[in-house]
Amino acid sequence: MSGGVNATFAGAGRVKYFPVLAATLFALLLWQAVVSLTGLPKFILPGPIIVAEAWLDNVAIIAEHTLVTASEVLIGLLIGVILGVITAVQLATSRIARVLVQPILVFTQALPVFALAPILTLWFGFGLWSKIAMAVLIIYFPVTASFFDGLMRTPQGYLDLARTMQASPSRILWHIRIPAALPSLASGIRLAAVYAPIGAVIGEWVGASRGLGYLMLLANGRAKTDLMFAAMLTLGVFSVLLHLGVRRLTRDLGRHGV
Amino acid sequence: MKPAPGIMVKGSASLDGAPLFRPLSLSLEAGCWTCLLGGSGVGKSTILRLVSGLPTEAVFEGDVTANDNIAVAPRVAYMAQDDLLLPWATIEENVQLGGRLRAEPRCKQKLQDILARVGLSDHAGKRPSELSGGQRQRAALARTLMEDKPIVLLDEPFSALDAQTRALMQDLAVDVLRGKTVLIVTHDPAEAARLGHAIVVMTPDALIACPTPEAQVPRPVDDLATLECQAALMRLLRGQAA
Repeated sequence: MSGGVNATFAGAGRVKYFPVLAATLFALLLWQAVVSLTGLPKFILPGPIIVAEAWLDNVAIIAEHTLVTASEVLIGLLIGVILGVITAVQLATSRIARVLVQPILVFTQALPVFALAPILTLWFGFGLWSKIAMAVLIIYFPVTASFFDGLMRTPQGYLDLARTMQASPSRILWHIRIPAALPSLASGIRLAAVYAPIGAVIGEWVGASRGLGYLMLLANGRAKTDLMFAAMLTLGVFSVLLHLGVRRLTRDLGRHGV
Repeated sequence: MKPAPGIMVKGSASLDGAPLFRPLSLSLEAGCWTCLLGGSGVGKSTILRLVSGLPTEAVFEGDVTANDNIAVAPRVAYMAQDDLLLPWATIEENVQLGGRLRAEPRCKQKLQDILARVGLSDHAGKRPSELSGGQRQRAALARTLMEDKPIVLLDEPFSALDAQTRALMQDLAVDVLRGKTVLIVTHDPAEAARLGHAIVVMTPDALIACPTPEAQVPRPVDDLATLECQAALMRLLRGQAA
């Protein structure tokens, strides 16, 4: 769910606060209307007011678990972006790397990341690192692919000009190809910010003792549907804030269009 | 700086097995402007790329030599129709691009002199997007001058500018590139008539050397002999197209 919300945000321009507020209010009203009209029991679909109460009653617990998930996501994001950038530069500068590594990368993307979650838990344990690994895996490819794509699409005119200036390939890479590819990297990082929470939560579902994903499973198992909704909405809000934060950080990267 | 060399291009080129141009020999006189005029697709830009040492899609059999027997490509500065200014860098940084790419020490005085010559001293810290088309082309010219090379290759450098700005840029270019061996590729007969010490029309079959007006380069836009030359070039091009 959070992926869907973020995906629409990803393409949008500047956020306008009034429409966002109005849409949120509308969604809450719709939600309450569905609950009131259908008369569903609260362990199936609790209304927004009950969820808000559950959130307030459990704010300390939710905060604690949010902190865990947020750490997993942020560390995963950092490592995934660094690895993606390194890989993209390697691929862009070495034909051998392209021939050997590219097919492997594509193949690993064909594997559903869900399928890897139990193995990662086996290897990295129930703690933070199996979730970080999950987040890294899920964002590594979009970052690598978008930055690599940008590096390979340097306008030919720049390259011709640099060559007549007797520039070495490494200096062309540093002064022209990388700066020209930064807008592509920025869109890769923005995508990564959307995917990273998904990775962390999947990791928590498979095996964890902390985190919002764990809290959701726990609450669900005890029929505390209101708490589950509170945890889920917290995750959604965190994902949106993360996306907005990352977009702000990467704004300067993507400013110049080449 | 050593005097600019004369250059000779001899050979033929083929594209996917089909001949692009037949065996030709093009001579660029030392310290002069040679205008290479022709329609699209006859291989003008290929010749320019060959002189600059850039890879071409066409296969070239022949060679490019200088009359002082020193390699040509490392002594070339190149300017294209697209100004090729890096959008993320300032005008100052763009003009010094060659030095940065070769990790050379900066030369502040030379930079300031060149920016002053092209009239961009007040714009040194701006980004290309803040400049007009004519100013951007001046910045590209400044970058070409900064290279301080004896051979300058211009690939339709002024064709995206309006007529007035184009005439101003032509005057400026002739002034600042004095003494260099210049090859300018163009499809504009008026430009060739104004700027060429030598004018060569390129056709798929041959290079045709054309007589040039007597007036000094850059020739006045209203000089009668220049206008006649322009008309003659136009007739020649249209005859080729028919």
